[in-house]
Amino acid sequence: MRRVAIAAAVALLAMLPLVPSVFGSYAVTLFTLIFFYGFLGQAWNIVGGYAGQLSAGHAAFLGIGAYTAALLSVERGVTPWLGMCRIIVSNTEALGGAVGYYITFTGDPRQFQFQDARAYYYVALVMMLAVTGIVAWLERRRFGVYLSAIREDESACEALGVNTFRYKMLAMMLSSFLTGIGGAFYAFYLFSLQPASVFGIPLSVEIIIRAIVGGAGTVLGPILGSFILSPLAELARYYFAQGGWHGAHLVVYGLLLIAVVLFLPEGAYPRLARLFRR
Amino acid sequence: MSAPLLETRGLSKHFGGVHAVAGLDLAMAEGEVLGLIGPNGAGKTTVFNLLSGFLRPDAGAIRFRGGSLLGQSPHAICRRGLARTFQIVRPFPRLSVLDNVMVGALARHPAAPRARAHARAIVERLGLGAKAAQPAAGLTLAERKRLELARALATEPALLLLDEVMAGLNATEIAGVVALIREIHRGGVSILITEHNMRAVMALSHRIVVLNFGEIVAEGAPAAVANHPRVVEAYLGEEYVAAPSR
Repeated sequence: MRRVAIAAAVALLAMLPLVPSVFGSYAVTLFTLIFFYGFLGQAWNIVGGYAGQLSAGHAAFLGIGAYTAALLSVERGVTPWLGMCRIIVSNTEALGGAVGYYITFTGDPRQFQFQDARAYYYVALVMMLAVTGIVAWLERRRFGVYLSAIREDESACEALGVNTFRYKMLAMMLSSFLTGIGGAFYAFYLFSLQPASVFGIPLSVEIIIRAIVGGAGTVLGPILGSFILSPLAELARYYFAQGGWHGAHLVVYGLLLIAVVLFLPEGAYPRLARLFRR
Repeated sequence: MSAPLLETRGLSKHFGGVHAVAGLDLAMAEGEVLGLIGPNGAGKTTVFNLLSGFLRPDAGAIRFRGGSLLGQSPHAICRRGLARTFQIVRPFPRLSVLDNVMVGALARHPAAPRARAHARAIVERLGLGAKAAQPAAGLTLAERKRLELARALATEPALLLLDEVMAGLNATEIAGVVALIREIHRGGVSILITEHNMRAVMALSHRIVVLNFGEIVAEGAPAAVANHPRVVEAYLGEEYVAAPSR
């Protein structure tokens, strides 16, 4: 049964690169968002899921990554491919004050701008798979075992020779670095940055809720969470906006979060995994 | 006698007006099993927390294997070869028994596969083999006490501090733990143990130190200490069984 589940997952994964050539542009956009939020959820998962250090501030890392990549590209002509390995800029004054920022579209792939939306699809897919690969690789190594143990009991970790401060810091560095890369992608996917949206709590919530609904502290949880929530969010946003209820999808998030905490406290993935193991 | 494995001089710690540990001079030789006993509130656990770096002493010195432990963090002290267990067990509930022990083993074997192999050997040795893959949350109290011991042992200590590893266990389980501690000691680990079970601690220890109000009130061979008038006084009112000498 477990083999079948793995085979099915691999087959599904193998089909993902084919989506753009089969489905229309709306599906491409939807899947790009699924991958992008899956990537962000997975990056958060390192510090929030494995190490159990709840961070509601990950939007800040995304915002810094987004603004830095955009400014470097537009003002200095530094390619965002490089800007993804971003410089940490924390002063919004240096970024021209807390104002919006727009990127002029050139369609130059060297500046991480693509005429074809399918390019973003593939970049997002690769980002999601790469970060998931990193997490899967770390999970069974010292770093991953230490992080899980820190989540369970910090004092016991110290007594067993674990420098808890060091490992929490390393987890935060890796997680925020990856989230910053996500920010660079965000900037060049939307071409418009608003401080309230890229630095705001709502974006942090979007990230966290994917990991928690899917299963924080598991390799596939945030990805599953994004596959569940991203389409739901898009649909809710669309229909609520049509009825003049802008932002009402956040209420749906709230209800969903309550339901998950009550009925699936470990998230969807561990439950699903147990189902297949039987 | 060669330099002691562990030595404290004038070790003191007070909480507000309470002197939990008051000028403690303690010395342990390599290979020794030292029993630290005393009524509740005598300062035994505070001594453990001071030695393992979880509390900073107000005054005094701690020397271990020739170096000072003052100002060292708990994880650094563990890496220097002094491991402890907690009186109230602290397993990592959602990790498997094997992963729990692996956290300790990683202190000596940074490569995960080697650490896992060492952890597996210790899990088997401590009789938890059948439960290796299970989450620690599902263990009985006796098993949790063993797990606590297994994790500390996995850090390959020279000195093991055991804080009431028998509390709450039945007679059969206590006999098992006593045998286990003997085996660990034969493996070359020195042991400092606090325990309310007099029969067990008398049987295990080479030497006993009796603590009351943070001070040593008696010290010596188990048989001598058991009949010491100040010890009887300190324990007055407590159920007390004098064990036969070894």
